Amino acid sequence: MQHDPNNHGGQHVSARPAVSAERVTKRFGQGTADVRALDEVSVSVARGEFFTLLGPSGCGKTTLLRCIAGFETPSAGRIHLNGKDITDEPPNRRRVNTVFQSYALFPHLTVAQNVAFGLEMMGKPRAEVSRTVDRMLALVRLDQLAARRPEALSGGQQQRVALARALAPQPEVLLLDEPLSALDLKLRKEMQSELKRLQHETGITFVFVTHDQEEALTMSDRIGVMSTGRLLQVGPPREIYNRPVNRFVADFIGETNFIPAMAQGGQVRLASGEVVGESAQAGPVTVAIRPEQIRLSEPGEVGGIPATVEGATYLGTDSHIHLRLKDGSPVVARVPSLPSAEPGPAPGSSVGLRVAPGAVQVLED
Amino acid sequence: MTEIRVAAAPDAPPLAATRTAPPFSVTRMPGFGLVAVASFAVLYLPIITLVIFSFNASTSMSSWGGLSLDWYRAAWRNEVVQEATVRSLILATSAAVISTTVATLAALGTTRQGRFPGRTAIYAMVNQPLMVPEIVTAVSLLIVFGFVRSLTGYQGLGYLILAHSAFCVPFAYLPIRARLEGMDRTLELAAADLYASPVQAFRRITLPLLAPGIMAGAMLAFVVSLDDVVITEFVKSAGQDTLATYMLGQFRRTLTPEVNAISTALLGFTLVLLTGFFLITRKRARDPR
Repeated sequence: MQHDPNNHGGQHVSARPAVSAERVTKRFGQGTADVRALDEVSVSVARGEFFTLLGPSGCGKTTLLRCIAGFETPSAGRIHLNGKDITDEPPNRRRVNTVFQSYALFPHLTVAQNVAFGLEMMGKPRAEVSRTVDRMLALVRLDQLAARRPEALSGGQQQRVALARALAPQPEVLLLDEPLSALDLKLRKEMQSELKRLQHETGITFVFVTHDQEEALTMSDRIGVMSTGRLLQVGPPREIYNRPVNRFVADFIGETNFIPAMAQGGQVRLASGEVVGESAQAGPVTVAIRPEQIRLSEPGEVGGIPATVEGATYLGTDSHIHLRLKDGSPVVARVPSLPSAEPGPAPGSSVGLRVAPGAVQVLED
Repeated sequence: MTEIRVAAAPDAPPLAATRTAPPFSVTRMPGFGLVAVASFAVLYLPIITLVIFSFNASTSMSSWGGLSLDWYRAAWRNEVVQEATVRSLILATSAAVISTTVATLAALGTTRQGRFPGRTAIYAMVNQPLMVPEIVTAVSLLIVFGFVRSLTGYQGLGYLILAHSAFCVPFAYLPIRARLEGMDRTLELAAADLYASPVQAFRRITLPLLAPGIMAGAMLAFVVSLDDVVITEFVKSAGQDTLATYMLGQFRRTLTPEVNAISTALLGFTLVLLTGFFLITRKRARDPR
């Protein structure tokens, strides 16, 4: 049951979004010294979608999550859950559950008691609670550890208790606040596929917060990229990666070459004169090209954008070839490493760069 | 080869430094052992002497007349001592319960509201009994309660309970506040997130996690109340001796080893109490916090 990471929720989309924010603003502090953690953010997440809020620390992604959970009250704007305005509801009256970055497991309760907590607070009958707890612990593969206390578990196991606890009450939306950041790389990869599996099996809408672009690209149906309290771009991972709307998004997600260029008469030219793309605007622009979209000409092949090789960095599967254009702009090309010792063309040699027309993004400055 | 030697050179000084200059240790100071032994001797020799003389068969406080439990028997049969003991226990229990309740509320108020103007002032005000000289408090209570007495005619234990509850508050407050400040606030958010009302979150999460702090506070308050002489002496009505003021009164008259026996019993009781508490908290610490 492999879930297509590039499906942007199309198959799940229903008329009413699971959760939506309308022009949500959150100010901290008072008077002139106030900081806008969120600046008129509007977004809607479809039912059953795996939606990721991605951005550097301090961009407001966690604040938005806390506004949805009810831990923060927006200074302005409304939040709807399943069509109902929940902006003024306290956290315990919202059918959303949170997986905290620190897990926040109750240390004085056993694993099973932790998972049962939400169901008990909802007033579910005892038999149903214990049935659901068993099912949830089986789902996260912790049935053997039901009687343990959280402190007796490893980080990965605690993480799964936190997930089971948040999933048990069958929330409308599950909020995940950088849940994988405390795990080591191998465990993180494991939990990434575990999360996808859980989302698939439960059908619950996930809103996931991370600063890890790779995590966002591999797991999400759609990504919302945030910076300084604003939502810059929302779209499926492929669109975010290939069609970034501005320089920040292009720079934050993956590696990118930024090359100064000039737009005139519908065409975009590099300083050295080559036409690399089209643009309706006129004046100085920036051209963004992913390193892996640049191909170096073979010896004897003519044409391409002329550049000088300055060096190479071996990365394993690929190598970075550091180049310089005639106008002095540095450019990096990512090429597959060859089994031979040399990672690429010799420093000082001249090569031609070829870029597929679709791989060139013209960004406003 | 030269290159290697140059590269290794910057590492050498810190290595040499750790070898020649160990971190400062007070245990290596000259005379440390002597000071330590002297300190412990001053702390414990008098108590040991007291305990030994409580088993003295003779009436004298300075000469040994053989081993006996006579003074324990005498204290046990003494109706005044019995009354004073019961009064002390009632007083200490009431003061512990009242001051711990008040201290818990004060600790919740000062740690769960975020920073607010005047918070430091409130800390200081809650801890007033630690700073104002006890004799000053005693005299002021004497004046105020004397006024109330003449107005109402009430002579009961209420004055003592009120006074003890008040000066026990900071002793209960400090461990509870420390416990609250060390508690992860996210746990309370998690409880609210899982549909617990504020009251449910407090009862199911905050209170159980706070319990060791509350117990420590109550225990301290109990012992402090049991031990108090100055304020009790000023506030008590006629015939309201506690164990502590009774002993003081005995010293004013004739010195008998009965007082030693009472002191030893009190010491034993406090030790049992504190050991029990230590074992409980240590078990909880090994279990989750």
